[in-house]
Amino acid sequence: MSKHTLPKAAPFNPVSAPDFLPAPQLRELQLTRLRKIVAHAYERVALFRERMNERSLKPGDIQSLDDIVKLPFCVKTDLRDTYPFGLFATPMSEIVRLHASTGTTGKPIVVAYTQNDVDVWTNVMHRSLAACGLHRGDILQNAYGYGLFTGGLGAHYGGEALGATVIPISGGNTQRQLMVLKDFNVTAICCTPSYFLHIIDQAAEAGVNMKELPLRVGVFGAEPWTESMRQRIQQDSGIKAYDIYGLSEIIGPGVAMECQCQAGPHIFEDYFYPEVIDAATGKPCADGVEGELVLTTLGKEAMPMIRYRTRDITTLTSEPCGCGRTLRRIQRISRRSDDMIIIRGVNVYPSQIETALLKVEGALPHYQIVLTREKGLDEIEVQVEVTGEVFSDTVGGLEQLQARLAKSIETATGLRPRVRLIQPHSIQRSEGKAKRVIDQRKM
Amino acid sequence: MKLKQLSVFLENKPGALSTPVKLLAEAGINILTLSMAEAQQYGILRLIVREWETAKKLLAKNDLLVKTTDVLAIEVSDRPGGLAEVLAALEKAGVNVEYMYAFTLRRESRALLVFRFDDPDKAVGVLQKNKINIVGSVELFKRHEG
Repeated sequence: MSKHTLPKAAPFNPVSAPDFLPAPQLRELQLTRLRKIVAHAYERVALFRERMNERSLKPGDIQSLDDIVKLPFCVKTDLRDTYPFGLFATPMSEIVRLHASTGTTGKPIVVAYTQNDVDVWTNVMHRSLAACGLHRGDILQNAYGYGLFTGGLGAHYGGEALGATVIPISGGNTQRQLMVLKDFNVTAICCTPSYFLHIIDQAAEAGVNMKELPLRVGVFGAEPWTESMRQRIQQDSGIKAYDIYGLSEIIGPGVAMECQCQAGPHIFEDYFYPEVIDAATGKPCADGVEGELVLTTLGKEAMPMIRYRTRDITTLTSEPCGCGRTLRRIQRISRRSDDMIIIRGVNVYPSQIETALLKVEGALPHYQIVLTREKGLDEIEVQVEVTGEVFSDTVGGLEQLQARLAKSIETATGLRPRVRLIQPHSIQRSEGKAKRVIDQRKM
Repeated sequence: MKLKQLSVFLENKPGALSTPVKLLAEAGINILTLSMAEAQQYGILRLIVREWETAKKLLAKNDLLVKTTDVLAIEVSDRPGGLAEVLAALEKAGVNVEYMYAFTLRRESRALLVFRFDDPDKAVGVLQKNKINIVGSVELFKRHEG
């Protein structure tokens, strides 16, 4: 089986029908569901009720979709402050599943699902996988972590609903991932984009030509990535790389997914109502203007989220997509307002540095950003693994490379970093979300 | 005529040099000659070994960045002005020397030097025209064993 023979066209999948709903009908459905969920949250969750009462708002005040801006925002610390079960809207007897964030700082956040919520999640993941051309007969290697993290089980249920053969391999153990990819004739894989890059590297080292494998689709998400990473993945492995978006607070993966046009993830708007706001003022941004993504769950029973601030920076567009879906699209999340590093008062995102490195090298090197404070002054060092493509045999050549990298980063960020060239494989490879920034500053 | 030289990228930290040297020793690969070019944070180790393909694979497998570079081994008279003559011929032809270092091997009153030129093929032509002896790999390894 070769990927160079065209994949069979995906059969019509009735589950995708809501993706093509005419806009007026979709808006009507959203309004009905919004009013219901606001009433549900108001009645069952103290935090939402108190905040609405503070503004003298009643659920009945939501008469149109535009009225959503009257509602207060909800943020991640609300989930921490009410840990573990404070935002649950149904009794535990109706809750069939709990997930939790890994909680690197302090307490994790806990999220809950009724059976109906699990079904909704399965539905949107099913539609996600169908949107990127997967169908019954595909063999899906699910390398998202299984466990408290939502990635593994979300993709698992969606894959089974689609009728694909799901391999619940979970994350890690790259040698085994490679063996299964080869031996099981895997046609699709789900994992973080940085982990897939690691798999590509390992395959090259093991002498496996990824382009000769039947693998043709990658469903990548759970961390910010860039178009340049997509290009590198596609070039090096010969697969099509699709961006899936989601977050535990809303449901897990499957909030939005790219179609075969690869033109940014479509939000499953029948279940998740999107807004993009100016992060500083909280005011709505116009179509196509970059801001923070805010989501409202339209069908979540156990844990409704009203105007949840995701911290993810993107744009929302209602421009028609070539696939015919009427669902609005977001841009791939390449940065989060949380990722922002402030160095000597300058705001820098790791994605800016990534793009700068790529411009110089033509391919994305493994890199890490190390922040230190010396004599009260912030220092930024970008450590870049030297690759065979750019390794020059002369010191002059390497010094030139260093200077070009520093210049490119300076152009992108306004900061002149120290660039340190390091040996291949000195940066630890992640099997989940990539850790790009090491902050050693003592505040 | 051309020799394959291995260039290894090394970070400037304790033990960095011993890693490749040990690996080669354990594999029974003899280093005919080497040189080290260094900058503040890193260095480039340049090696001439007979089994360069095996050595390259071995080093790469151990996470070292290795590159092969074409160099020439040139015989130079071991007397005042010996090197100057060779360089003069190359200079006249517009061939640049990027770097050079020496072999410990010598024969009669001739020293053996490793040259990296910006244009190795052109250098071969110039040297041959000027009857300067280039020692190819077969001859080099024979000498080394003899």
